[in-house]
Amino acid sequence: MRARLATTVGGAAATVSRLAGKGDGSVIGGIIGLRLEPSLLSLLAADRHVVLVTGTNGKTTTTRLITAALAPLGQGIASNIYGANMEAGLTSALSRAPDATLAVLETDEKYIPAMVKATNPKVVVLLNLSRDQMDRAAEIWLLARRWREALASAPDCRVVANADDPLVAWAASGARQVTWVAAGQRWREDSWCCPNCGSHLRRDADDWACGECGGRRPPVSWMLYGDQVIDPSGQATPLDLALPGRANASNAVIALAVAEAFGVHMPQALRELRAVTSVAGRYTQVSRRGFDIRSLLAKNPAGWLEALDVLAPPPAAVLLSVNAQGPDGRDTSWLWDVDYRRLRGRNVLVGGERKLDLALRLEADEVPFRLVNDIDEAIDAARALGSPSLEVLANYTAFQQYRAVLGRTE
Amino acid sequence: MRPLRLVWIYPDLLSTYGDRGNLLVLERRARLRGMPVEWAEVHANRPVPRDGDIYLMGGGEDLPQTLATRRLQADGGLHAAASRGAVVFAVCAGYQMLGMEFGGADDTQVQGLGLLDIRSGRGERRAVGEIVADVDPALNVPQLTGFENHQGVTRLGPGARPLARTSLGTGNGDGTEGAYAGRVLGTYLHGPALVRNPGLADLLLSWAAGPLPPLPPQAEDLAQRLRDERLAAVSTAR
Repeated sequence: MRARLATTVGGAAATVSRLAGKGDGSVIGGIIGLRLEPSLLSLLAADRHVVLVTGTNGKTTTTRLITAALAPLGQGIASNIYGANMEAGLTSALSRAPDATLAVLETDEKYIPAMVKATNPKVVVLLNLSRDQMDRAAEIWLLARRWREALASAPDCRVVANADDPLVAWAASGARQVTWVAAGQRWREDSWCCPNCGSHLRRDADDWACGECGGRRPPVSWMLYGDQVIDPSGQATPLDLALPGRANASNAVIALAVAEAFGVHMPQALRELRAVTSVAGRYTQVSRRGFDIRSLLAKNPAGWLEALDVLAPPPAAVLLSVNAQGPDGRDTSWLWDVDYRRLRGRNVLVGGERKLDLALRLEADEVPFRLVNDIDEAIDAARALGSPSLEVLANYTAFQQYRAVLGRTE
Repeated sequence: MRPLRLVWIYPDLLSTYGDRGNLLVLERRARLRGMPVEWAEVHANRPVPRDGDIYLMGGGEDLPQTLATRRLQADGGLHAAASRGAVVFAVCAGYQMLGMEFGGADDTQVQGLGLLDIRSGRGERRAVGEIVADVDPALNVPQLTGFENHQGVTRLGPGARPLARTSLGTGNGDGTEGAYAGRVLGTYLHGPALVRNPGLADLLLSWAAGPLPPLPPQAEDLAQRLRDERLAAVSTAR
């Protein structure tokens, strides 16, 4: 009864928040509900099959892909599709879908131990782990240790983990049941050393092994191989996704492994994944003043590295934009971990509240650029440089600001 | 002319946040003055070259910090270089490592490299945010502006001088920030500390290569604008 009262009141608050135009209502309902009933999340998660999705990058997209891949089951699925990924966001997602028997929940990295305890998940997905907003997040070796302890004490839970990321593999190897996926690892600057003993890892392509303690990449049952997925039977199938980039191919293979744990076979699940074209405004192509604009969101060095790979080639211009508000992390040091030299020779524009930090970084990499104050100045500058379209790469709040101007399109 | 040799120590263990920036700033400011530059990124499984001119050490988490310290002690290359007068510049975890001891994982004290007369431990709470500090006038370097993110508290012994006095932020925890002795210098300004502090970069270059000609103003323009912006942003916030 308390759960029902708490969710009803919380639901009303979410509706008011949406009607008032203050966000998508994905958090406020959960906050009010939790105040009325602190164990609300556990009550709401009971009797449902829960999937928790975490990692530094790809949480929102992978959550969306898993939700799509499970559609053939024909059951209601609760999900926090707008990325509200702490306790209130998870609570709100469940309370808005009281009849859903499944839940696919993006979960902030720090909250995994508490959320594993609260939701008793059927599956936990570990995507990757790398440096991210360390002025507010925990250090990553510490995070990996907390994941490992939490998963070791959840014997009923299956972990679907990226075997190519040594920190992730170490965290997952404490769990009783693991589906290992070779999902690749583009960013390696945080995993030169063995998370178990600290010795230097031997790395050969995607394989890794520790010469000291014997830790090594576990044998995998799923693999991303170029742009194909190799399933546990050994068969290779082209992914043919609408979403761009290696990182999304990696997310898709993980989603296929999760779908199989729920009994959805690969061909069926893959058909659903191919139909996903945009995730919470990301990758969407829009037109403004007759100019084609595509927006990419990336929040940390590993994310920028992957995003720079999927930029449309010249003559498309590139707008890089960085803020340092609370949700972005107030520290811009991470800009120096990204290699921008591949942008040499392109039409590059720099915007956002911390554009000078980014400008200095590009200067050091000898990438010429122009500073712009908003999206319309960027369009004017791109036109003047002879570019027919604009690729926008922005971090979190910078992305949201552009999205507000360009329209909330899905 | 013999190239200026920059050695970045253990980026695989000590490069938590943008530490590459210090290497890039030193390299750029040397090249703009016509000095040839060579640099080496030395991973923890390789010997540290003994013939470098400027050695750089970055930030890291507790466990990598302890591992890196043990390896450097066993390797001996950094000590050999420092004893013949090479420049050592270290930030955050690297700064603590230079000292006699520092606080490691699980509240243990770890023996440091002993290259700087400082002792560090763990403070009550984490210092996170912008930091501004006035540099020891003897060094003739403009005000420092940077970002700190650490839980360390550092006390200087008689063999080290404070690099600066904080006017915003925590630094060593007693109103001072960083330390130096001879050509060994450390600071809690983390990550790419030299980006906003080209004067500090030039101090290190001049220690290694002697007096430096000034740069043309347009080469300094963006860095100066960023300095002004950050100093103005924190002065309105105070």
